[in-house]
Amino acid sequence: MNRIPIIIAREYLIRVRKKSFIIMSILGPVLFAAMMIIPAWLSQLKETDVKKIAIVDSSHVFYKVIPETEFLKFDYLENISIDVLKRNFKNLGYYGILYISPIATYDPNSVILYSDKQPSLDTKMHINKYLEEYIRDQKLKTYNIKNLDEILKGVKTTINVRTIKISEEGEEKESSTGIMMAVGYICGILMYMFLIFCGTMVMRGVVEEKTSRIVEVIISSVKPFQLMFGKIVGIAMVGLTQLMIWIVSTFILVSVAQAVFFPQFRLTPTEQVTTQDIMSATPADGSQNVQSNAQSEEMNQLRDALGTLKNINFAVIILTFLFYFMGGYLLYASLFAAVGAAVDSETDTQQFVFPILLPLILGIIVLFSITNNPDSPISFWFSIIPFTSPIVMMARIPFGVPWPEFFLSAGLLVAFFIGATWLAGKIYRTGILMYGKKPTLKEMLRWITYKT
Amino acid sequence: MEIFRTENIVKRFSNHVALDRISVSVPKGSIYGLLGPNGAGKTTLLRIINQITAPDEGELFFDGHKFTGEDIFHIGYLPEERGLYKKMKVGEQALYLVQLKGLPKKEAIRRLKEWFEKFEIISWWNRKVEELSKGMQQKLQFVITILHKPELLIFDEPFSGFDPINADMLKNEILTLKKEGATIIFSTHDMGSVEELCDHITLIDNGQKLIEGNIATIRKQYRSNIYRVCFSGDPESIKQAMDGRYGLLDISAEEDNQVARIQSLKPSVDNDLLAALIQKVQVLSFNEELPGMHDIFIRVVSEAKKNNTR
Repeated sequence: MNRIPIIIAREYLIRVRKKSFIIMSILGPVLFAAMMIIPAWLSQLKETDVKKIAIVDSSHVFYKVIPETEFLKFDYLENISIDVLKRNFKNLGYYGILYISPIATYDPNSVILYSDKQPSLDTKMHINKYLEEYIRDQKLKTYNIKNLDEILKGVKTTINVRTIKISEEGEEKESSTGIMMAVGYICGILMYMFLIFCGTMVMRGVVEEKTSRIVEVIISSVKPFQLMFGKIVGIAMVGLTQLMIWIVSTFILVSVAQAVFFPQFRLTPTEQVTTQDIMSATPADGSQNVQSNAQSEEMNQLRDALGTLKNINFAVIILTFLFYFMGGYLLYASLFAAVGAAVDSETDTQQFVFPILLPLILGIIVLFSITNNPDSPISFWFSIIPFTSPIVMMARIPFGVPWPEFFLSAGLLVAFFIGATWLAGKIYRTGILMYGKKPTLKEMLRWITYKT
Repeated sequence: MEIFRTENIVKRFSNHVALDRISVSVPKGSIYGLLGPNGAGKTTLLRIINQITAPDEGELFFDGHKFTGEDIFHIGYLPEERGLYKKMKVGEQALYLVQLKGLPKKEAIRRLKEWFEKFEIISWWNRKVEELSKGMQQKLQFVITILHKPELLIFDEPFSGFDPINADMLKNEILTLKKEGATIIFSTHDMGSVEELCDHITLIDNGQKLIEGNIATIRKQYRSNIYRVCFSGDPESIKQAMDGRYGLLDISAEEDNQVARIQSLKPSVDNDLLAALIQKVQVLSFNEELPGMHDIFIRVVSEAKKNNTR
């Protein structure tokens, strides 16, 4: 009679019913949703605030040079001392005072923005940009070039690089590197979190059984390997349940929040397509583009992002995530279980846990460079070596990975987790009955040769 | 008829031999004591019987056939270092452990409720184990061990940590189990409980079997020909009865009477001694003093030590 299902059920149920699991299930999606919603919400909030800035222009050449925007207004003050303004700053109600010194044209450090708050980057860049352009134009004018105004107008350009990926079948797919990087990065980080989260859960479970001395009772009914395997599988299901809860409730929360906060910005899959169609339908004629320059830039970015989201095959990502999670988890959980079995208390685990965490940390360190350059040799090797492949491969998947590479990586991972489980099982069955002195790595390796 | 037998079990650990060619045979329906000093190899042997570790050499037989994996479900094991999941609920935990021994869920619940009511712990069903007192946890562990009605029960140091009341209850339960047909192997240092409960014993030390057999036979075998004589009369006159064949060990007063311990220096002379005594004093009782398991234990182990150092 097979007792593994009884073990799996216990390992799963006691963890899923824990308060910490329920709290994490609620807190996780709230945090994720907040991470997506709050920045967008804040950026909206900011724009409704009209900022008024007083300009004291001692050089008298920059009058009306900086264009006002909907949210940024300027007052040009004449014949007033900057000191008086500064002293009465509180009563005047300005967001800031911009002081332009008489030598602003020659000294880059002579423009100062006084404010009682930290001025926003947008404001600073807006002022910077127009002052710089104006000074540059003025300097050009001293060369007495004919038709300079037209020339200047003519050389004003905006570039928006669209990336189109040609697949092996010759099909063209629009891709936004930014979105793919983000998806890859998030997948990599999630994988890292779950591997450590579930791996340490296995280790703590093993240590608990050993220190509470229940383990001897259990292994008089089932084989140590069955106990270890049941624990590993049960906890994997805990991890997957948590992940599913997070994905589904984050999706729901974000959709609800979008509907509430940004009704104009709803992105359910069908609407995505329509949005894109409408956007493609807008006439792309040049004159209009120049006029609504800023707006069209945003539109292009959005179009890219939406196009990419549509082209990313989420089914493939989810399936590969599940595969690499299971493979990586079985590899690492076995090692964690072996460590848990070898020590007497949780405080003793650190020395052994560090070498296990090292490849995972390495994976996270190279993750950013891999999302930047998914086809580099580093990306290749780290996504082939089984200890880092679950994290690194996930970062590469959104960009597309050649089949042979994928199969090599997947095959190696499977081979390694089978090897690791076998090895860990041997260390485990001896370790759980060993109390007293902390074993050395050499002793642990010797346990492998013991007969059961 | 034996229920369990080992043949030349050898178990080596990296730097010593834990069990050196141990052969034991446990008669069906008996209470079998496994004795030995600390570190003698008792727990290792019990773990081998429970298939927790495998011997390097030797064979195990259960109920007439070679031991198989399935036989484990006919064994109940209460280890010396026993514990429970502290955070798990009492009922749920008992159910889990019993199911692992192969008892179907429904039957397990029914039997558990029965025992819980017997031990008056039914109200604890939904409490966490850490809320139970140590004695209650031990009762719970005992119930879990015997619930699947195994043919062979193995208790490693069952009385350690029990208070006298619970220890007594445990003894009675062990005797009841025997009456119901189970065979019990237990290891212990408590020689009192050995004399009280065991039919057979094995004494091991340093991984070697020193003695094995029926407890009465062993005690006779280790007799030292000491007789306990209860008499009334002058203690001085009994000394006159001592000739070269006997030695008076001591005399003590017991209520109105005297008790003398006399060692016969030559075997099988009980009647001669009694005849000699009757002439001098009024003999009230006359018994041979069989050695206690305590004395046998110490004698056998220290003799073995002497032989080893030699």
